[in-house]
Amino acid sequence: MAALSVMTGGGSWFLALALGVTLLKCLLIPTYHSTDFEVHRNWLAITHSLPISQWYYEATSEWTLDYPPFFAWFEYALSHVAKYFDQEMLNVHNLNYSSSRTLLFQRFSVIFTDALFVYAVHECCKCVDGKKACKELTEKPKFILSVLLLWNFGLLIVDHIHFQYNGFLFGLMLLSIARLFQKRHMEGAFLFAVLLHFKHIYLYVAPAYGIYLLRSYCFTANKPDGSIRWNTFSFVRLISLGLTVFLVSALSLGPFLALPSIFCLWFKPQGPRGFLRCLILCALSSFMFGWHVHEKAILLAILPMSLLSVGKAGDASIFLILTTTGHYSLFPLLFTAPELPIKILLMLLFTIYSISSLKTLFRKEKPLFNWMETFYLLGLGPLEVFCEFVFPFTSWKLKYPFIPLLLTSVYCAVGITYAWFKLYVSVFTDPPVGKTKKQ
Amino acid sequence: MEKWYLMTAVVLLGLTVRWTVSLNSYSGAGKPPMFGDYEAQRHWQEITFNLPIKQWYFNSSDNNLQYWGLDYPPLTAYHSLLCAYVAQFINPDWIALHSSRGYESQAHKLFMRATVLIADLLIYIPAVVLHCCCLKEISTKKKIANALCILLYPGLILIDYGHFQYNSVSLGLALWGVLGVSCDWDLLGSLAFCLAVNYKQMELYHSLPFFGFLLGKCFKKGLKGKGFVLFVKLAGTVVASFTLCWLPFFTERAQALQVLRRLFPVDRGLFEDKVANIWCSVSVFLKIKDILPHHVQIIVSFCLTLLSLLPACVKLTLQPSPKAFRFTLVSCALSFFLFSFQVHEKSILLVSLPVCLVLSEIPFMSTWFLLVSTFSMLPLLLKDDLLMPSVVTTMAFFIACATSFSIFEKTSEEELRLKSFSVSVRKHLPRFTFLPRIIQHLFIISVITMVLLTLMTVTLDPPQKLPDLFSVLVSSVSCLNFLFFLVYFNIIIMWDSKDGRNQKKIH
Repeated sequence: MAALSVMTGGGSWFLALALGVTLLKCLLIPTYHSTDFEVHRNWLAITHSLPISQWYYEATSEWTLDYPPFFAWFEYALSHVAKYFDQEMLNVHNLNYSSSRTLLFQRFSVIFTDALFVYAVHECCKCVDGKKACKELTEKPKFILSVLLLWNFGLLIVDHIHFQYNGFLFGLMLLSIARLFQKRHMEGAFLFAVLLHFKHIYLYVAPAYGIYLLRSYCFTANKPDGSIRWNTFSFVRLISLGLTVFLVSALSLGPFLALPSIFCLWFKPQGPRGFLRCLILCALSSFMFGWHVHEKAILLAILPMSLLSVGKAGDASIFLILTTTGHYSLFPLLFTAPELPIKILLMLLFTIYSISSLKTLFRKEKPLFNWMETFYLLGLGPLEVFCEFVFPFTSWKLKYPFIPLLLTSVYCAVGITYAWFKLYVSVFTDPPVGKTKKQ
Repeated sequence: MEKWYLMTAVVLLGLTVRWTVSLNSYSGAGKPPMFGDYEAQRHWQEITFNLPIKQWYFNSSDNNLQYWGLDYPPLTAYHSLLCAYVAQFINPDWIALHSSRGYESQAHKLFMRATVLIADLLIYIPAVVLHCCCLKEISTKKKIANALCILLYPGLILIDYGHFQYNSVSLGLALWGVLGVSCDWDLLGSLAFCLAVNYKQMELYHSLPFFGFLLGKCFKKGLKGKGFVLFVKLAGTVVASFTLCWLPFFTERAQALQVLRRLFPVDRGLFEDKVANIWCSVSVFLKIKDILPHHVQIIVSFCLTLLSLLPACVKLTLQPSPKAFRFTLVSCALSFFLFSFQVHEKSILLVSLPVCLVLSEIPFMSTWFLLVSTFSMLPLLLKDDLLMPSVVTTMAFFIACATSFSIFEKTSEEELRLKSFSVSVRKHLPRFTFLPRIIQHLFIISVITMVLLTLMTVTLDPPQKLPDLFSVLVSSVSCLNFLFFLVYFNIIIMWDSKDGRNQKKIH
């Protein structure tokens, strides 16, 4: 009994949050899943049954392997567990095979690999200031951040309903960010390099990593006003960084639009916070201007932004606008009737909690939203009612069935662009971290 | 209240869990010719919509009572009629007379599940939130945690949103009754409770405590003055509400009698199926159904039930208080469950509701009871293919209770409300200090047994000679646990008044 009481004692709120969301994920197992389910089953089959040389050539299914090799190895490792659930799913010719055991295995694999995400969130909480002395657990920044990350609406519906493996990938990213905050730069760079070879979409934020590490790690100290001190350049560090595979994207247009912020990162370094801001900007810019962007890519900006949101009121405001509109833009992903209550309830849960808890956290500063922003966010309610409940019963449904999607995209684009703009401004107007730092 | 947003989050989470459970299978899914409770509810919509009221409870060519005849009071019938109107608007095939028998489709399932959610949202959930907000002497955070635990109680979720029933309506109405009567809004409270009884006759399990508490209040106010006025008003409210519900059936004597016959099927015997009460457990060794003649069974059951609940109810009448009322609800409902006639395993929910209400006072024992109550319905849940949601919701409930109330730290004599009882015993046996430790050990044994039995039922096949082995084991183990709880709750009630003063010093 004593052991049980220690386990369930006061400090275990993090464990309770993590276990709670894991159980919720188990309840989402019987929900609708998209073609991504078949995609991953196919990749399990390819990596299990074929020799490595054939992996990127196999084309029996339309869903060919289009992620980097580490992900292929990941599927290969999973396939060795899969064979104990249902051998048939590993047959390349079993297109669209989805027996109940296959479903169970796939869903559990996502839930299980989320463990890395949970660990990363735990590490991120250590980087968040506990400056505001609050005895109340629910008002601590650590608690709010844990809820915002562990119970993130977008991640829940994309990974555990729609079906993808973003959880552990974002875990890698958040962990590498946490390591940079903790000044463990080599680990951070290594983790990011590994991440790139799992899913190349993270190339979008590579410039932020590159410039930050070059500027703040390879140059070991700054001049008093924060500008570069050339004679502190450490060749050793540069080489060691280069030794960890370091790619810089020069391909898509998007990251170039984040270039001014990257210059800012070089000339006016603001420590890990500045790096994070730049990373988010890279992700957002690529989302807004990139090629063949998926709506799920908004998570690349939302999740890191959570770390900033519990630090400053201004960041919290930007975060809430970005998150609420970003999450709403994911609604068209789940278009089936049984999932409608789930997406509305979870969206309300996350939105109400995030807005209220951050408002409470920053209640001593000016209000988070002005009237324009409040109106805009409230407008999402009528928009949803119109798109899902009114429109299907009107005569326009037959002639112009794309109207709800169009309205959703346009409305959310306004919010995301606004958040992007505000974030950009905040990068330039914030004071630099201009003290000499001995690294 | 401050932190309203956390309470909203808790309600939204409760709703989400409910809806995700409802994505699973329901009772009798794809099992012609009889199907299950889901088909029963659909059939009642069909009957109430297509036939005139006079024919609802009678056997006829259009209404075959053998195929899920109406056996709940009129309010259920009116509710079914209301749902039928909505069904008619969406798709008349769902309730077409005769041809809709056994109708199953994804759209229809969505509709049926939605009716449960809406009823829950309108009746049960607001009552729970109000109850938690009105709790005295605890912090806002604890109130919210309390609401979370009650809303996550697996038994009700699995039966209503899995198996398919509308228990949240009757339990919600009963809860409104409890709230009204505890806050001295006696007339509204009794009205709500009368509606609950008229929705499901099993709510009569709660009727004696209501009667005792209200009678006690009348006595306290003085039978010659205000008390008498209150008594008359209450009697008037009860009569009026019953008349209103039964009005269409009072036109002919035969009507009312037939309804009563459907509600109380005394011909059906002492028990059906495996249920965790005394009669079923004893009949493992002693075939009572064969030994005792039918009318003797009824009398024995009646007497035992009355004997076990009388002390608590009498005490409640003599010393009415909201706290005693809640505890008496528990013990009375539990007595009925254990000793009464024709009890179904789902009736344990009638005991679970009052236990949820005392969760904040004795968190450790309440959590234990609620876990056992869910476990006792395991055979039913497995039959409905609800293993995954059962395990998940039970774990979620356990984690919520354990972190909200730190239940494992609250196992001392005072916290178990056993202080005055132990003190009394120590007058005769000075060394009687080991009660909390015994209880802790019993808890561990109970949990281990439940986990083991669950694993066995799921993974193993029963031996051929004893095909019901696992169901019998589950109900017998649950029955033992329930007997222990009956004794425990009665001890708390009977030794209560001295406890009250001690508690104030501790907090």
